[in-house]
Amino acid sequence: MTTLLVNILGLAAAAFIVWWFWLSKNLPEAKAGAGALDIIVDGGVYQPSVIRAAAGKPLRLRFLRKDKSPCAEKVIFSGLDVSAELPVGQPREVEFTPKSPGEYEFTCQMAMYRGKLIVEPGRE
Amino acid sequence: MKTASETTHRLHIKDMSCAGCVDTVQRTLSSVSGVKSAEVNFADKTATVTGEVSPDTLVSAVGGAGYTASVLKGEDSESEKESEEAELYRDLLKRTIISGVLAAFIVVVSMTGILPALDTAAGRLSWGAVSLLTLFVLIYGGGRFFKGALKSFRNHSANMDTLVAIGTGVAWAYSTFVVLFPGAVGDLAGHLYFETAAIIIALIDLGGALEMRARGKTSEAIKRLIGLKPRTARVVRGGAETDVPISEVVPGDVVRVRPGEKIPVDGVITDGSSQVDESMLTGEPMPAEKGAGDEVVGGTINKSGSFLFRATRVGEETALARIIEMVRKAQNSKPAIGRLADRVSGIFVPSVLLAAVFTLLAWFNFGPEPRLTYMLVTAIAVLIIACPCALGLATPISVMVGVGKAAEHGVLIRNGDALQQAGRLTAIVLDKTGTITQGRPVVTAVEPLGGTSEEDVLSLAAGLEAGSEHPLAEAVLEAAKIKGGAPREVTSFEAVSGHGVKAVYDGKTVLLGNRKLMVDNGVTLGEGEARLEELSRTGKTVVFLASGGALAGLIGISDPLKPDSKEAVERLKKMGLKVIMLTGDNRVTAGAVAKETGIDEFIAEVLPDGKSDEISKLRANGEIVGMVGDGINDAPALAGADVGFAIGSGTDVAIESADITLMRGSLHGVADAIKISNATVRNIKENLFGAFAYNTLAIPVAAGVLFPFTGMLLDPIIAGAAMALSSFTVVTNANRLRWFKP
Repeated sequence: MTTLLVNILGLAAAAFIVWWFWLSKNLPEAKAGAGALDIIVDGGVYQPSVIRAAAGKPLRLRFLRKDKSPCAEKVIFSGLDVSAELPVGQPREVEFTPKSPGEYEFTCQMAMYRGKLIVEPGRE
Repeated sequence: MKTASETTHRLHIKDMSCAGCVDTVQRTLSSVSGVKSAEVNFADKTATVTGEVSPDTLVSAVGGAGYTASVLKGEDSESEKESEEAELYRDLLKRTIISGVLAAFIVVVSMTGILPALDTAAGRLSWGAVSLLTLFVLIYGGGRFFKGALKSFRNHSANMDTLVAIGTGVAWAYSTFVVLFPGAVGDLAGHLYFETAAIIIALIDLGGALEMRARGKTSEAIKRLIGLKPRTARVVRGGAETDVPISEVVPGDVVRVRPGEKIPVDGVITDGSSQVDESMLTGEPMPAEKGAGDEVVGGTINKSGSFLFRATRVGEETALARIIEMVRKAQNSKPAIGRLADRVSGIFVPSVLLAAVFTLLAWFNFGPEPRLTYMLVTAIAVLIIACPCALGLATPISVMVGVGKAAEHGVLIRNGDALQQAGRLTAIVLDKTGTITQGRPVVTAVEPLGGTSEEDVLSLAAGLEAGSEHPLAEAVLEAAKIKGGAPREVTSFEAVSGHGVKAVYDGKTVLLGNRKLMVDNGVTLGEGEARLEELSRTGKTVVFLASGGALAGLIGISDPLKPDSKEAVERLKKMGLKVIMLTGDNRVTAGAVAKETGIDEFIAEVLPDGKSDEISKLRANGEIVGMVGDGINDAPALAGADVGFAIGSGTDVAIESADITLMRGSLHGVADAIKISNATVRNIKENLFGAFAYNTLAIPVAAGVLFPFTGMLLDPIIAGAAMALSSFTVVTNANRLRWFKP
């Protein structure tokens, strides 16, 4: 009985890990508008971590790094040639205009912090 | 207290000349909507404004009040960052020491049996105290892991914090449970893991402190560049020389530089001459002679004379600021080789969590007694030994050091991909003029034909070249000036791309250009052919002059080789690279220059827009091609190559145009860049291999795969030590690059 219970619990834990970390990624999303969009850098996550923006429109992201560990010190938008160093406790604005629609990942230099910039076709 | 959306901006208020202005500016800034506080400093003419407001709004508000403001950016960000890091390091070190001492104490009391057994009240009390002490170590030394783990968990994410928090948390919670309910786990009451939890935290803190210290060294190159920024300039205003903060220098200011001083901004010398040490930017050890009309670059050092120069570029526009920006950007970029690690990092921690769960189950189902002990020891070891940091750091830390190292040698690498590609090149294509040669051609032969005089030839040629910026045109104009021929006035000027120029003089069509221009326009070359052959054989570029359809003369122009071109070509060949010269010159001239430089292969008579086609052909033949050119005329060819190298003379090079910019005019820069690239990529591979191998071997060992064969199990404390050392090792390995000599 105990054997069965422990195995079921173990498998349930494994299933939970798969579900929680990989399948049920219901991440906070934000839409970039005309003003700066605040992104908090803390505890291994960007908040919000999914950002929607329009192609061809200037995008202003304001990162506020709270995490003191050096892992959080940079934000890199791979594929967009944009990067910035984030001072602790001081907002740092990153401004650029994403040209082509698509999904771009932004990460810390070690790719532990991860976020996604979804660039949608801009409307006239 | 500042809220998340508030920002602090620093403004420079230029024309604030009296203390009364301070009030006006302060009031103006404070009245802007969103501003929470504004402080104006008269001494350094700055304003510090905090609030939910954009810097542009502040600048225009100050402008409305009649002052000129500019936003101060990042001047001190590096020193701020440095002091922040130093503080963080001191804090971590303190936590390491205190946790270490307490952990050592917990080890002693746990392992030596000096505490009474758990089945007595005194025992339970003593072990309860140990539990609390351990909890203190977990919170004080490792609180950030628990906080981070919780936060990332809430966001469906997991990182190193998660592993450390679960590993040590489980060890502590289980042991505390045993202390509280000694009967609940049967015979196992004796197995407690307080020392394990405490030691792991202390070790990981130690690893973190060591890593942080080592990381500080990886950014030395950029710190050195930032350190070159001068703080003041001696500006001549109203006839008097005054020292002003660098931020107040504007283009057009005349600046005095005395011997031994740093040149504050970019500009052009107007009076005086000197030797200038530009080695900090170009890597060129010999000081450059500078006189009136020559460009000087901010951050370089005036050696001997005193001179005045007119500022042309200030602030973020200076070459130094652009170099810093480029190096910083490149240090942040990742070569393709590192992207696999990024993908793995993304799924790494949840995979380790799964591995830990399956380890528990495997020991539960198949392990010997005491099963619970084995389950705990192995699962904790799996969680603790896994090191996502080593994997994540492997590439960026080497790129950081490699790009910095290159910058020290005057080699600016645009991004990680350029860095990686440079090491894979199989062929180097060199442009001739300005790349192999000095790019300062001089007329060395004038041969009048058909009854004209030397002066006729030069003055007519000078008239045709008067408006041109072609290097050969400059040589002709210079020669005409020396030999006394005033440029003749021509009309209907027309440039024939890649061939020369055409115009009308004295009612006749005049042509100046290469052989093809003559042939295309029906000029009979006659004896000109023989003269062409003869001049070309000595490496001269020959320009024909024709008037009214008849050949009027030849001008031979030589462009001396750079002193070290031959040696650099030899070095590139020794590195196993195919070296090819590409030039618009005729075959004979090209052959002579190639021979002199030791280049076996050359492509001559290529029109400017045909250069990129030649690159494409080489690439189609399977070569990985690096193209070296001046970055302006060769821009399409540089862009078409796998790696485009822009070679500069001094610092006037167009640093935005190429994958790799060589600040020093020497071709040795190409070899240096390739060697640094090779060393960096090798370093990244070592790091990646180390990190992958470490994780793929250590995790199964920690899970106990060796146990059935050898009876070996990994103590979680050893796992903690291994993990603490692994990322330190990666950073230390990257730091080895700092000693690399190309």
